[in-house]
Amino acid sequence: MMRVFWAELSRDLLLAFRHKGDFLNPLIFFLMVAVLFPLGVSPAADFLAQIAPGVLWVSALLATLLSLDNLFKSDFDDGTLEQLLLSPESTYMIALAKACAHWITTGLPLALMAPLLAVMLFLPAQAIVTLVISLLIGTATLSLVGAIASALTVGLKKGGVLISLLVIPLYIPVLIFGASAVQSAVDGLPVTAYLAILGAMFALSLVLAPFAIAASLRVSVSS
Amino acid sequence: MNMQKKQLMPKWFYQMASPKWCYKITGKLLPLFSCTGLALLLLGTVWALLYAPEDYQQGNSFRIIYIHVPSAILAQSIYVTMALAGAVGIIWKMKIADMVAYACAPVGASMAFLALITGAIWGKPTWGSWWVWDARLTSMLILLFLYFGVMALYAAMGKPSRAARATAILSLVGLVNIPIIKYSVEWWNTLHQPATFSLTEKPAMPVQMWLPLLVMVLGFYCFFATAMMLRLRNEILSREKRTNWVKELVTKV
Repeated sequence: MMRVFWAELSRDLLLAFRHKGDFLNPLIFFLMVAVLFPLGVSPAADFLAQIAPGVLWVSALLATLLSLDNLFKSDFDDGTLEQLLLSPESTYMIALAKACAHWITTGLPLALMAPLLAVMLFLPAQAIVTLVISLLIGTATLSLVGAIASALTVGLKKGGVLISLLVIPLYIPVLIFGASAVQSAVDGLPVTAYLAILGAMFALSLVLAPFAIAASLRVSVSS
Repeated sequence: MNMQKKQLMPKWFYQMASPKWCYKITGKLLPLFSCTGLALLLLGTVWALLYAPEDYQQGNSFRIIYIHVPSAILAQSIYVTMALAGAVGIIWKMKIADMVAYACAPVGASMAFLALITGAIWGKPTWGSWWVWDARLTSMLILLFLYFGVMALYAAMGKPSRAARATAILSLVGLVNIPIIKYSVEWWNTLHQPATFSLTEKPAMPVQMWLPLLVMVLGFYCFFATAMMLRLRNEILSREKRTNWVKELVTKV
């Protein structure tokens, strides 16, 4: 079981490493969206500090959303996905490994890049650690849930906008608690409750999402 | 060997899987539900609009709850029905269950829309604004988005059997998410805004007020059953159009 997981994970990471564009695009997108807010709303430091928790979380969410389209696409196009599903190995583990690889290549770098944007948006310094932790846990949930929608739409010609339609309602709880955690840190309130709920949502999706991903992949490949 | 396997579900459950049988039985049920529904809705509307007492604070504007509350309840029940029908379709590979799920989606979406619209119309005189980021309003809006997602996926998938399985997975994922969304929105709201909207909490209503409401809710359920069966029967005919019994049925008329 674990052997499949590691084999699939290392393969996906190697592929991502060889195609650096796929890996960098969401990061650049994250940076650009966050820059749009000062330009579009107001560059005043105290105002930006106020909206920074929400802006950073929404931008990270959108960047994750953008990267979902490619999650299974290339494997589907060259037939690898079909071979993976035909193999006697556990599809649960394959689905989990795929989602994990997606998180390592998008969620993790997004969380690590967030402090830079936090400084640009004048987020108070005491909230930066919470921002990184909440993004680390939250984006993992986003990857797992997003992989379901990505798997459902992988066989379709125009899956791009459809993924957003399917996934945004499911992302709302993560956004609420992620942004609230950062907001509480800004206000100097305890944040452990929010992080615990984010952790609970992560645990739930970690257990259940791979089933849904595997079932969705079967539907998409069966055509 | 397979034939001897113990049947898990009652006989009617397996009979229901036959499109022909299902078409027949819904044909018999349809007049029952449509007549009861019509009677209940008429009775409920007249009672609610003419005979139910005025609210001591909101006057007559409260009467919109006789549309608003049933449609909100229906929007949620229809989602559960749709997801469960989808689950039955996945587990037992029943075409009928797939069609039921398909028939549910637009009806549920219109109920959610109706609940939002009536809520907005009621909110204007009562809260002074068309829209407030109240927890219930927001979660109903998200429910509408979930319906949109399901319908968009149906439209994008070509083959009905594939579309049914894909949307069943999506609606089951949504079903797991609905309580999470509901509670997260409620906590988000209570954390960020003072509880100024306690008006949404229904006061302990007198009997003359809630009895017509109950009649309306039952009427709405009958309406849903009618609308769903009509759509289901249409769907059965169009998907089974190559079978002999449909040909006979159509040429007989």
